[in-house]
Amino acid sequence: MNRRSQVLLWGAQRASAAVLALCVVVHLVTVIYAVRNGLSAAEILGRTRGNYGWLAFYALFVAAVAIHAPIGLRTILSESTGWRNPVLDGLALAFGVALALWGWRAVWGVFV
Amino acid sequence: MAISVLRVSVWRGAESGAFRTYEVPRLESQTVLDVVTYIQRSLDPTLSYRFACRVGMCGSCAMTVNGKARWTCRTHVANVTAHDRLEIAPLNNLPVIKDLVTDMSVFFNKLAQAKGQFYGSRTRNDDFARVPPDSPQRREADAAIECIGCGVCYSACDVVKWNPDYLGPAALNRAWTLVNDVRDTTHAVRLAAVAGDAGCHACHTHMSCSELCPKQLTPTASIAGLKRMTLAAALKKAL
Repeated sequence: MNRRSQVLLWGAQRASAAVLALCVVVHLVTVIYAVRNGLSAAEILGRTRGNYGWLAFYALFVAAVAIHAPIGLRTILSESTGWRNPVLDGLALAFGVALALWGWRAVWGVFV
Repeated sequence: MAISVLRVSVWRGAESGAFRTYEVPRLESQTVLDVVTYIQRSLDPTLSYRFACRVGMCGSCAMTVNGKARWTCRTHVANVTAHDRLEIAPLNNLPVIKDLVTDMSVFFNKLAQAKGQFYGSRTRNDDFARVPPDSPQRREADAAIECIGCGVCYSACDVVKWNPDYLGPAALNRAWTLVNDVRDTTHAVRLAAVAGDAGCHACHTHMSCSELCPKQLTPTASIAGLKRMTLAAALKKAL
């Protein structure tokens, strides 16, 4: 991976961290609201199904996770194992794609 | 000062070796370098260590004192131990040649890899370059310029330990002073040299370098500046 790509990855991780900071706060507030008001699974689904606002929010949340986590994982693996080659990049990419697909699948599951 | 004798454990050997303990008279205003010098001159002349100016200018006497990298000539014993024990080892993250002497080639080579040399466009026949002292770039350079190359930051850096290719705080701090030098003509080359996984973007902002720098510099801030500058260059495809 060339240096420009490495720098852009760093930028992507910083930008996704900023998005995550906001998303995590909104998510936690939502969870606390749901728990304190004793919402059942059916009531929660009643609010999320067909709601494009929640769909967009959680789709963005998943996208930020899928960008942020693999870049960090790549660094952690590289620093802790000394592993620095394209296979590591491929592994991190695959992890990111898996996170995105699993996450969006879950978001879609509570939308439809 | 109730303690009259210091029990000093000093690393003896190279990469493999062991600590040997010496008893050194405790004196008023005694520095760690005084302690090492006493051992070498009065107790064990085979002890190897490095020093030159003794006044905090040359950067050659850095060692690991009670687990932390320090310049020993300006480190008073009273400031590193309240007891009678002192442990003195060579700097971390550098190969040990013998006893307290490390091979600092890697450290200085990385200053060169980070394009730590100044390249101007003027000759001796030109007038002086006039750099306003209060310009933002001059201020940034001023804040980072007093590095004496002692290697304390490099020794204290976790990322250097984890990633031997990482350029390290001193080299990146030096690069930051030069990318803020309006006279320098090699900014683009230098930014490319300090970017990426082995450059400024590897820094985790642990700030050990800034905590331990004997000149109270903040290489972390310099590295953060380089991160922003190189990202801007990468987005403009200028990297």
